[in-house]
Amino acid sequence: MSKMSQMSSQNRRYFLKSTGLAMASFAAAPAFLVRTAMGQESTASGQDKPILIAVFQRGAADGISMVVPFGDRSYTSARPQIAVAAPRSGGADTAAIDLDGFFGFHPSLAPLKSIYDEGHLAMVHAVGSPDNTRSHFDAQDYMEAGAPGNKGVADGWLNRYMQGSPKPGNTAFRAIALDANMPRSLMGPAPALAMARIQEFDVRGPNDRRQPSGGGELSAAFEAMWKNSTFDAIRMLRNANPQRFQPENGARYPGGQFGQGLLQMSQLIKADVGLEVGFLDIGGWDTHANQPGQLTQRLREFGEGLSAFYRDLGDRMRNVVVLTMTEFGRSIKQNGSGGTDHGHASALFVMGGPVKGRKVYGKWPGLAPDQLFEGRDLALTTDFRDVFSEVLNKHMRAADSTKVFPGWRPGQSLGII
Amino acid sequence: MTHKTSRPIVLVLLLLLSTSTVSPASQKTSSDRSVAYAAPGASASDQQINHVLNRLGFGGRPGDLERIRKVGLRQYIEQQLQPADIEDKSADDRVAHLASLRMTRDQIFDQYPDPGQLARNLGLRGQNQSPNPADQAMARGKLQEYMMAYDLQRPQQLLQELITNRIVRGVYSERQLQEVMTDFWFNHFNIYWDKGADRWLTTDFEMKVIRPRVFGKFKDLLQATAQSPAMLFYLDNHLSSVPDARIQGRRNRPNNAAANRRQPGINENYARELMELHTMGVDGGYTQKDVTEVARALTGWTLDQPRMNANFIFRPQMHDRGEKIVLGHRIGANGGMQDGQKVIDILAAHPSTARFISTKLVRRFVSDDPPQSLVDKVAATYTKTDGDIREMLRTIFFSEEFMSPKAYGQKMKTPLEYVVSSIRALDGETAGNQQIGRTLSQMGQPLYQYQAPTGFPDRTDHWMSDGALVARLNFAVTLTSGRYPDTRVNLNRFKDAQAAALFIGSPDFQKR
Repeated sequence: MSKMSQMSSQNRRYFLKSTGLAMASFAAAPAFLVRTAMGQESTASGQDKPILIAVFQRGAADGISMVVPFGDRSYTSARPQIAVAAPRSGGADTAAIDLDGFFGFHPSLAPLKSIYDEGHLAMVHAVGSPDNTRSHFDAQDYMEAGAPGNKGVADGWLNRYMQGSPKPGNTAFRAIALDANMPRSLMGPAPALAMARIQEFDVRGPNDRRQPSGGGELSAAFEAMWKNSTFDAIRMLRNANPQRFQPENGARYPGGQFGQGLLQMSQLIKADVGLEVGFLDIGGWDTHANQPGQLTQRLREFGEGLSAFYRDLGDRMRNVVVLTMTEFGRSIKQNGSGGTDHGHASALFVMGGPVKGRKVYGKWPGLAPDQLFEGRDLALTTDFRDVFSEVLNKHMRAADSTKVFPGWRPGQSLGII
Repeated sequence: MTHKTSRPIVLVLLLLLSTSTVSPASQKTSSDRSVAYAAPGASASDQQINHVLNRLGFGGRPGDLERIRKVGLRQYIEQQLQPADIEDKSADDRVAHLASLRMTRDQIFDQYPDPGQLARNLGLRGQNQSPNPADQAMARGKLQEYMMAYDLQRPQQLLQELITNRIVRGVYSERQLQEVMTDFWFNHFNIYWDKGADRWLTTDFEMKVIRPRVFGKFKDLLQATAQSPAMLFYLDNHLSSVPDARIQGRRNRPNNAAANRRQPGINENYARELMELHTMGVDGGYTQKDVTEVARALTGWTLDQPRMNANFIFRPQMHDRGEKIVLGHRIGANGGMQDGQKVIDILAAHPSTARFISTKLVRRFVSDDPPQSLVDKVAATYTKTDGDIREMLRTIFFSEEFMSPKAYGQKMKTPLEYVVSSIRALDGETAGNQQIGRTLSQMGQPLYQYQAPTGFPDRTDHWMSDGALVARLNFAVTLTSGRYPDTRVNLNRFKDAQAAALFIGSPDFQKR
């Protein structure tokens, strides 16, 4: 077991109370915990720039399976066969993992429990977009544009954040999506990179299949022809060589695109290439049939990935926030295929050093039939823009997050950061 | 460029080219830019010909320009609209070895078994499985022997043959528009190869459902996809049933946890995408209530045995017999299988469908921002001709908007278009091997493996990331230096391989 996971919540509370005690007493603790406890501002070095990693669960992840409201009496009756069982003594591995006596993690999210207990993982429940579309594609578009119901917004919310908060000394790696195609969230005038894998991001020489050209004649000719910043980014990545960083603190990333994407994000952070906004996708959430089997597998990859990232970055998590999102939730009643259809509100995760965790935020709307949205879905009590803008304002120190979300006024602060 | 030229001159030439032409003739025709469309009998400009080669097909091969000049551009377009009359033996011969493409679903299930399932059937895996690595290796060896003895192959081979077929036909087929329309309609009715039984059903979907209908009536295509095993499986309609159904085989299946977990009821997945993506479009004017009603109407449209023969059947015991109201149309009680048929009729005849399909076609062939004037004309053709795809295409191709110089080079080539047009432009030969398929994935287009039912977006900004650009440049280098297996290009119009790499790696060549 790593040092991180040994940090019990009791230890954390102890830190909070014992501000000013000699640092030596906390030798086992990651430094950012101590710094948070002592209320210190982070130092101004390049490594202390705030970093946001956005994770999009595409396909509409079922909020009430991820963060199970086992305390709501209507939960099991709506889903007689596919509900996650309430936590039990003896801890069967198919039962929810109790968080606060009302909510529990899906059993596949077990790797996140210690991070939650340490106070650096929070969830927001009954969160989402106020637009009532049940189209994946419209809902993703609205969320990524940061403008529910408005199809006329050309750029993405993360791109507008970057436009509005220019930072001196920006590099080509200020924003990166680990995907061959640029996600909508990062589209717009502010430069952003998208690439499937960082090790493939180099122009090869004509005689060599594997080795990059190292900036040969052909690469120079392409650069003269294209006149864009891609080639600066290639040079920078070549010099930084992020692949040299191996996972630390015993972190083990799951196989598959998501885990490998997180590993590469961690490598970019360690290589100090100027990463400020990272974007990753994880698909497979459209569980219309056989939901329990699918979620067991998808959530394992999701939980193991986030947990490995947190562990691997160790002390560096002090200025990193991971924010997850999904376009909407799923119908409360199970359908005829052991699955669920498209719904409304869902749940999201916020993880990192600056996060006030160990809490499920948001007002719970209830699952009784008369409490449901349009008689079938989880009602929405928190607009996703409230969470996103709090992360931008308090963590990223955005100049003005109202420009990021056109035509919208923030509600009260949730206090997650 | 017919002579070997020095590199700076090649570069200057590249910058002058406004389209991805491979012919030196295109430079002398800039005065023709104002010609909207050559009237019948009048001769078309080389730019117009190149535009047509780029939009109705995967770009020109050396010699195409001259050939089309001879037959006339209008005649060439008419020929492309009647592919059955185009001799295509050369392309057919080059894909003749792809055996799975001509197989029935039964043959495919038999000859490309799921290796895990086969191992269980042979007793090589399962409850008695030894934890000893040496025993497991032996079991794997036995499985392999068995597969070789009975000439069985892995399902992955099915995917590879589909990809090879697309690349090879794209490069060689004279029926270029048919290949483009296959790509268009497959993407419109997208399914995901990796989803369960669709590994065995996608071949049938492309070869028997999509390809024979790409120029016919839209409703026939819609109908065929609605009853196709691949779609019924992909969008879950095969599971959708009336809530109080007693489903065959439901009881007495103690080992099937997934089946026991089901309590019968409708599944909205297909019904929603049928309206949102296949017909009316998300703003087409339907409600959640319509989605539910369509799903009810389609209950009972299912599969016999999804992983055995996957035949489409109608199961009356799964069907909701009640009355449905779909978009204001009443579908009376006890309609049985005809309920689903009526839904198809209602959707195919809906003006939103005419508009949505027209918009997508115009976006594909003309511009990312489809001119409304042309969308309206194409939608009118849809309405007038009962959704005749060939007539809609004719409306597009013979329009001023299509032939306008404003439309030239306005579309970014998809990775498939880029790869295939590169090989064609360099007068190349290819067997469409695995490495090229992988290259498409690196550029952001894993063929048959786009998970969402939207299909790949048809927009420039989707395709041009820095990572995709690097993958495109690496393709240019790898192709021109002869490092793709079974793929050769002809460099005799270039000074050297590097000049050829710069030609297909240029910004202009990314456009069509």
